[in-house]
Amino acid sequence: MPRAATVVRLAALALLVAFLTKPQSFAPLFAPLTQYGAPPIYDQGNLLQLALAQLGTVCLAAAASSLVAVGLGILVTRPSGAQFLPLSRTLVNIGQTFPPVAVLAVAVPLVGFGEKPTLIALFAYGLLPIFENTLVGLRTCPPAVLEAASGMGMSARQRLLSVELPLATPLILEGIRLSLVINVGTATIGSTVAAKGLGEVIIAGLLSSNTAFILQGGLLTGLMAILLYDGLAALERRLLRPVTLD
Amino acid sequence: MSGAQLRAVRVSGASLTRVDPLGAVLVAAGAAALLFLPFVVFKSNRIVPGDPRSLIQVLPAWGAFGCAALLAMSALAALWVTDARVRLMLALAGIAAVALAAAAAGDALTPPGDRIVRIAPGGAFWVLMVCLGLFATDATTRLKPGPAVRVLFLAASLALAGVALAHGTFDHLSVMREYAVNAERFAREARQHLKLAFGSLAAAALIGLPLGVLCHRAPRLRPAVLTTLNVIQTIPAIALFGILMAPLGALAAAVPLADRLGIRGIGAAPAVVALFLYSLLPIVANTVAGLKRVSRAAVEAAHGMGMTSWQVLTKVELVLALPVILTGVRVVLVQNIGMVTVAALIGGGGLGAFVFQGIGQTAIDLVLLGAIPIVTLAFSAALTLDALVEVLDRVKA
Amino acid sequence: MIAVENLSKRYGETTVVDGVSLTVERHSITAIVGTSGSGKSTLLRMINRLVEPTSGRVLIDGRDTRAEPAYLLRRRIGYVIQGHGLFPHRTVAENIATVPRLLGWNERRIGARVRELLEVFALDPATYAGALPHQLSGGQQQRVGVARALAAEPLVLLMDEPFGALDPIIRAKAQDDLLDIQRRFGTTVVLVTHDMDEAFRLGSKVAVMSGGRLLQCDRPAVLLTRPADPFVSRLTGLADRAMRLLSLVTAGEAALPGASDGPAVAPTTSLREVLSELVWSGADSARVIDVDGTVRGRLTVAAILARGRP
Ligand SMILES: Nc1ncnc2c1ncn2[C@@H]1O[C@H](COP(=O)(O)OP(=O)(O)O)[C@@H](O)[C@H]1O
Ligand SMILES: [Mg+2]
Repeated sequence: MPRAATVVRLAALALLVAFLTKPQSFAPLFAPLTQYGAPPIYDQGNLLQLALAQLGTVCLAAAASSLVAVGLGILVTRPSGAQFLPLSRTLVNIGQTFPPVAVLAVAVPLVGFGEKPTLIALFAYGLLPIFENTLVGLRTCPPAVLEAASGMGMSARQRLLSVELPLATPLILEGIRLSLVINVGTATIGSTVAAKGLGEVIIAGLLSSNTAFILQGGLLTGLMAILLYDGLAALERRLLRPVTLD
Repeated sequence: MSGAQLRAVRVSGASLTRVDPLGAVLVAAGAAALLFLPFVVFKSNRIVPGDPRSLIQVLPAWGAFGCAALLAMSALAALWVTDARVRLMLALAGIAAVALAAAAAGDALTPPGDRIVRIAPGGAFWVLMVCLGLFATDATTRLKPGPAVRVLFLAASLALAGVALAHGTFDHLSVMREYAVNAERFAREARQHLKLAFGSLAAAALIGLPLGVLCHRAPRLRPAVLTTLNVIQTIPAIALFGILMAPLGALAAAVPLADRLGIRGIGAAPAVVALFLYSLLPIVANTVAGLKRVSRAAVEAAHGMGMTSWQVLTKVELVLALPVILTGVRVVLVQNIGMVTVAALIGGGGLGAFVFQGIGQTAIDLVLLGAIPIVTLAFSAALTLDALVEVLDRVKA
Repeated sequence: MIAVENLSKRYGETTVVDGVSLTVERHSITAIVGTSGSGKSTLLRMINRLVEPTSGRVLIDGRDTRAEPAYLLRRRIGYVIQGHGLFPHRTVAENIATVPRLLGWNERRIGARVRELLEVFALDPATYAGALPHQLSGGQQQRVGVARALAAEPLVLLMDEPFGALDPIIRAKAQDDLLDIQRRFGTTVVLVTHDMDEAFRLGSKVAVMSGGRLLQCDRPAVLLTRPADPFVSRLTGLADRAMRLLSLVTAGEAALPGASDGPAVAPTTSLREVLSELVWSGADSARVIDVDGTVRGRLTVAAILARGRP
C-alpha cells in the first residue's frame, strides 16, 4: 500500500515537471477543448517560470507568516504575554471569517498592483492557521509533562525548546501545510492584480473562453498544491520519526 | 494611617501606575495615525489620487473638539480602566465618534450639489477603527458574553448601522457615492451572493449529511470519500470554476432543457457546483466526527428500548451529533460567503463583481462597496452559528 | 537534612501553607498526609521552589535553597509526580538521561547510569531503552518516572502522590521498590500521599496537614498513640487504630522467649498479620521462625493485643 502511494506521488511529480518543461508535447490532449484554432497550450508566457514565480511568492509568504505566527504563539503562551491570549484567540476566530479575496482586494489600494498585494494577502491569511495550531499545540502540552520539566531543573528556555516546541511541532507543521495549500489557491487569484503565476493562464482562458487554458492552469495549480501538501506531510513524518539512542 | 488604609492607598496607586499593555499599544498606534496620517482624503473625482486632510482641517471646531475629547476618554480607558464594561462602552463610543466624524467630514468637504468629488476615509480613519475595534474586541473577550447577548449585540449594531445608512448619514462618503450610482445593481448582486452561498450550502447539506452517515456506518468507505473530498479542497477556487465551465457548457449544448434551466458553462451554474463540491468536506467530515462522538451506551440503550435503526439515527445519533454537524455548516457558510466572491470572475455575479470591477478600474471605493458587505456577512454568519452551536452544546450538557 | 522553617504561602487573601516548620532526617522517608486542598503539594513544591514561599525558608544540609537559581537547585533534587510526566516525544533512555544531560555529564557516564537504573527497575535495557513512553504499561511508566528522578543521583527525592494512578497490586509492588531503592541509594525522600496505609507503610515519619497548617509530624506509632489534635486521630482512623498500631510492629520485634506449637510466622510479618493468622487457625500462640529455621520466640494472642494499646 505505501509502495502504491509512492508510485502515485512520483507519477504526479513527473507529470507536473513534464508539463512545465515540455508543455507543447501535451498539446494534442488539449486541442479538442479549443475552438476556432485557438492555441491549446498557453503561449503568452513560460509555464515553468510562472509556476516558479507562484511557488516563490507562496513560499516567501508562508515563511514570513510562519515566523511571525509561531513567534506570536510562543509569546502569548508565556506568563508575560498571557494577558494577550484571550484577545489573540478571538482575533484568530474573527480573522478566519475574512475571505482571502477580500484581504487581497483591500491590499491593492495600500501597496498597488503586482506581487506586493498578493504577498501581503498571503502573509496575512497564512498567519491564521499557523497561529491557531501553534496555540493549540503549546496549550495542549500535558500539564504533568511541563511540571516534570520544570521540576527537573529545566530553565524556561530549555523547557520551551526541548519540550514544548517539539511536542507542538506536528500541529505547527500541519498549520504551515494548511496555509501553504490555501496560499497556492489564493495566489492564483493574485493574478487578477497582476501578480506573476499560473492564475494568469486561467484568467487568460476565462477572458478568451479558452477552456484548454483554464484546465491546464487549474490542473497545474491543483497538482502543485497537492504535491506540496503531500510532500510536506512526508517530510514531517521523516523528521518526526522518533529517534532511538542506539 | 492604619495598615488597611495604607494598603488601600498602595492598591489604587498601583492601578494608576500599572498601564494596560494592550491599551498602550493601541493608544500609541491611534495617536500616531491621527498625527501622521490623513483622516480623510479629498479627491476631485473617482480615480485621481487624493489630497490628505487631517481631523482638525475637516471638522468645525466644536466637532473636532468633541471627537477628540471622546477619543481621549477612550484612550484613558484603554490605558487605566480595568472594568471591562466601561472599556467596552468607551470603545464603542470611540467607534461611533470616528464614524460620525468621517460622515461630518464628508458633509463639510462636499460642495453643495456636487456629485463628482470623492471624500474617502484616510489612513488615520482606518487605523483608528482597527485600534478601537481591537479595544472593543478585547473588552468583549474579557466580559465573556453568552450566546444570546452576542447575537443581540450583533443585531443591535447592524440595526444601528442600517438606520444610519438609511438616514443618509454617510451619503457624502465615497463608498456611499459608489453605492448611490450602483444602488439597483447592488441589491441584485447581494441577492445573488446570498443565493449562491446558501444554495450551495443547502445542496451540500442535502448530499453531505447522508454521505456522512454512510461513511459512519461503512468505515471502509470513509478513507476513500474523505481523501477525495480533501483533494478537491486543494484545487484553487478559480481553477475549479473554470474546469467546470467545460462540462456544463457541453451539457447545455447537448440538453436544451439544461440550458433553459440556467445550467450553462458561464454564469452561476459552475460556481454553485464548485461551491457545492468544496462544501462537502466540512459537512461529511463533521457528520462523521459528530456521530463518532455519540456514546455507544446511548445508542445501545436506544436499541434496547426497541427503537428501529431509523429511529435511533434520527432521534438519538443525529440529535446528539447536531452541534458538531452545525460547526461544519458554520465552516461551510463562512467559506462560501468568501468564495462566492471569486464567482464573479466567471460571470456568476455576486458582490465579487464590484470587487473585481474595482480592481480593474483601480477604484478602491468600488472594491470596498463589495468587500465591506462580504466581510460583514461572513462575520455575522460566523457569530450567529457559533452562538447556535454553543446553545445546543449547553442544552445537551 | 531538610529544615523547613516557618514556611508560608499566600495567594492573594488565602493562606495555603501557614507557618510550617519541619525537619526531615537524612536517609529517611517522610510522608505528608492530609485532606485534599490542605496544602501538601504546595509545601512540597516550595522545597524545590516550583512555588516560591511568601515567607520562611528551606535549608538543605544547612544551605538556604535561595542561594542559587531555582533551576540549578532542582537539578539536584529528584521530583516525581502523579501521572509520571514522561516526555512523550523522547525514548525511555532519553527521558532518564534528562537531568544528567542538563548537568553536562559525558555520554559514557550517562549511558552507564541509564543502563544501571533500567536494571535496578527491572526494565531490560535492550527492550526498553529505545521504547517510547506510550509503549509501556502504567506500572512501567511509573518506574521510569522514578528512575528519571533518580538519574543524577540526587540526595533528596520529592514525590507528589507518585502511586496515585496505579492499581492496588502494582501500587504495592511500587511501594516495595521504593523502600528497596531508598535503602540502596540512601536518598532522603519526602512523599505526599492521601493514602493513609501508604503513609504508614513507607514513612518513618508522617506529617499531618490540615488547612495549610502542620498539625503533627512524628513516628507513625506516636501519631496513633499520642495524636496532637482530634483531626489527626480522625484522619488516621479511630475505628481501626489498634490494627494500624499492630501493623507497625513486626513479629521479630515483639517475640517473647518461649515455645509454641502454633503456626510458624516469619520475623518480618507484622503483628496485624500474625493476629489474623491466629484468629484464622484458632491457635492462641505463634512460633516466630527465621528463614534458616532458628526459633526467635513466640507470640501469644494476649501479648499481641497488649501491643495494640497505647
Ligand atoms: N497557583 C495557585 N493559586 C491559587 N490557589 C492555589 C494555587 N495553587 C494551589 N492553590 C490552592 O491552595 C490549596 C492547596 O493546594 P495543594 O497544595 O495543591 O493541596 P493538596 O496537594 O493538599 O491537595 C488549594 O485550595 C488550592 O486551590
Ligand atoms: Mg496535591
